Amino acid sequence: MAKYGILIDTDFCTGCHTCEVACQQEHDYPVGLNGIKVTEYEYKLANGKVKIDCIPFLTDLCDLCMGRQADGERPSCVKHCQTACMYFGLTSDLAIEAASRPRAVLYTHTPK
Amino acid sequence: MGKIDVYPTTAWSAGTGCHGGCGQNLFVEDGRLVKVEGNEDHPWNQGRSCPRALAMTQYVYHEDRITQPQIRVGERGEGKFEPISWDEALDICEERMGKIRDEHGAESVIFVQGTGRDIGGPITFLAYSYGSPNWVQLGLSGHSCYTPRLGAMKTTLGEFAVADCSQFLEKRYEDPEWEAPEYIIVWGQNPPNTCPDGFYGPWIVDCMQRGSKIISVDPRNTWMSTRAEYHLQIRPGTDGALALGMLNIIIEEEIYDKDFVEKWVDGFDAIKERAAEYPVDKVAAITEIPAADIQAAARAYANAKQAAIQWGVPIDMCPDGTAVAHAISCLWTVTGNIDIPGGQVIAKPAFGVTAYPFSSEELIELYGKDLITRMNEKRIGADVYPMYKHFRGWASPDVTIEQIETGDPYPIKGAWIQTANVIGGQAARAKFHYDAMKKLDFVAIVDLFHNPTTMALADIILPAATFPEKNSFRSWWTPMDSIKKRVQVGECRSDWEINFELAKRFNPEGLQRWATVIDYFDERMEPSGMTFEDLEAKGGWAMSPEGPGRPYRRYEKGHLRADGKPGFNTPSGKVEIYNKSFEEWGMDPLPFYTEPPQSEASTPDLFKKYPLVMITGARSNLFFHSEHRQIPWLREKEPDPTVEIHPDTAKEYNIYDGEWVHLENDMGHIKRKAVISLKVKPNHVQTLHGWFKPEAEGAEPNLFNVWDYQVNQIIPGPQASKSGFGGGQYKTTLVRLAKITEGGA
Repeated sequence: MAKYGILIDTDFCTGCHTCEVACQQEHDYPVGLNGIKVTEYEYKLANGKVKIDCIPFLTDLCDLCMGRQADGERPSCVKHCQTACMYFGLTSDLAIEAASRPRAVLYTHTPK
Repeated sequence: MGKIDVYPTTAWSAGTGCHGGCGQNLFVEDGRLVKVEGNEDHPWNQGRSCPRALAMTQYVYHEDRITQPQIRVGERGEGKFEPISWDEALDICEERMGKIRDEHGAESVIFVQGTGRDIGGPITFLAYSYGSPNWVQLGLSGHSCYTPRLGAMKTTLGEFAVADCSQFLEKRYEDPEWEAPEYIIVWGQNPPNTCPDGFYGPWIVDCMQRGSKIISVDPRNTWMSTRAEYHLQIRPGTDGALALGMLNIIIEEEIYDKDFVEKWVDGFDAIKERAAEYPVDKVAAITEIPAADIQAAARAYANAKQAAIQWGVPIDMCPDGTAVAHAISCLWTVTGNIDIPGGQVIAKPAFGVTAYPFSSEELIELYGKDLITRMNEKRIGADVYPMYKHFRGWASPDVTIEQIETGDPYPIKGAWIQTANVIGGQAARAKFHYDAMKKLDFVAIVDLFHNPTTMALADIILPAATFPEKNSFRSWWTPMDSIKKRVQVGECRSDWEINFELAKRFNPEGLQRWATVIDYFDERMEPSGMTFEDLEAKGGWAMSPEGPGRPYRRYEKGHLRADGKPGFNTPSGKVEIYNKSFEEWGMDPLPFYTEPPQSEASTPDLFKKYPLVMITGARSNLFFHSEHRQIPWLREKEPDPTVEIHPDTAKEYNIYDGEWVHLENDMGHIKRKAVISLKVKPNHVQTLHGWFKPEAEGAEPNLFNVWDYQVNQIIPGPQASKSGFGGGQYKTTLVRLAKITEGGA
């Protein structure tokens, strides 16, 4: 079904918002529209320590940058990610890649 | 639709606003910038980018940009400006500043910049061409931003040093010489959110991905501190005690690098004795960090084969920030981590080319010893503070603002302010600065947007260009970059072009040998053997070759000293951790700790009234200091100025998430939106600086709502350290929270 996807190494997403603005610039989306949204989570661990994690979510507006793909370019969010923690590719390849990481999220995605 | 051309360039300041260094590709269609992307071929960022760079099209073509010179036509603050031509604007600057120079002397005009960006080069060029020694980050008490650290490093090491993330090697992480630091102490900084002082923040994350473990010194819980092997959750402002305590552990347990100390360190016994005054229990009590954590972190750092320290501005903002920086530099010295792969690598401007002068040596190289010595005679604060006399070329911001009020020993009549929103940004005790600066006879401001400072003070406004609109060069460490103009917006001009033209008017004979600003760049770049166009032709960047500009172990290779002998560039040839320069200047030659000026210990009565320590200045990726609030893609993600409040504290004050509250003390109050968060300890609150609302009315008394939001108006100042450098109280001011009952935000 979903041929392509985006893998995110969630240990290294710092919540910097680069992917969000990359998407808005690429698609010329106005304020309020975006193909990717980052959320930050702060929570306590059993030992009382605090943990802060961030994770991007692909919205229905994500088209996996089809236009860029035609030029052999990665999606703009993946290319610009400040910590290089995002990967684009065939979902079958990314599934193998995901398994080699302690914590990752693989979005299969079919542009609408 | 025309053809789109793609041009590589380097981001530096206006636009992204930052300290720069990233390679960016400009997509230009019919003379218009249509997109910006990271440049894969640039070793700095390797294709990556940031929200501010990716939002450049919204910045460059923003409807509020100032695109023509303007002259004030109403009273100051009325917000009435009319467009004039460049010739008229420069004629007025020449006439008004010339008149002040004739009547009072050139020293009566101050040259004001904000944080260290691309302005340091052109503003010193203009100030010295005009004849004024008074180059100043006005309002930034104690120049508490990097200069204290630079001063401590230069006087002990003879050099500057930074965490080694392979940034001075062309192949970067693939270079076989480089090794990842085993540990990185991230001391008072949040690298994913900031690219400070010639350093790309994400490099620290790159190192983490390559195995580096983190020791975080941070009062807050951040993405990075919660991933650290050791998180030393320090009481703000007590970093000096922590550094001395760690130093004591490392020396006492004999886990320092004995060979290195024996061969290359001068003053070890004196440091050992001083550090012994900071036993771990005492340090634990001062810093509120458990003793066991301090010990474990000190051991991990010292026992690592190679380890680095990446430090931030909170160190400068400690009381006696220079001494704190000195203490921290002793850690990397006694552990032998200097100029080794994955350690503290010596950082030099590429090819010895100066874009922005960081030391007295560089100023002398550029402008000659005579001029710099003469400048010392009238430089504000040089007779008060030893480091102002002997290090770099700043006038003291703390003495300057007093002198505007008193006129003693000579009057200050004019200000040239270049891309620095003093009133809405760096000025501690901002209203005092506002009142004082209102008294100036003439104020010229170079900027891109109106802001509280232009509105309150400007007589003439000159529109500056963003990085895609200008020619410039950058050598903040390595590589050296060229920045080439690809688009034109209105009548905007580059800072270099503006200052070059005005400087020629003030010193026509001295400057006649350069016809254009590019001629001048070529001369500055001469040590590299390349011209501006040569560097452009090479792709816009070049690394220093083997020699003084390339790591590692240059002290063994004879690359650091003028005489070509092995050793460091100090009188003894060793790292002088017993700081003989400080001693000569009447300062303590050894590092020491000073309690913050406001705290439970130093002001117990004030603490009873205001029991929360307010930390300011955390960085956002979306904004650079007081900039970018008008950029839609950025502002959308952080629409309001917020304050982080611990859930227990929120409960005590009966404050709910999202409620507007006041932060207050005896100096006044500001508005913030409450964010209930586990990031701060119950006795701390944290809030961002630099807030005003560009969408609000600009004319006085409103000034874009600056007095509702400017946190620095409740921060005391002037408050410089004994050396003159460091001590701005931006991280340790006592406050309390108050609910806003009526007519809130």
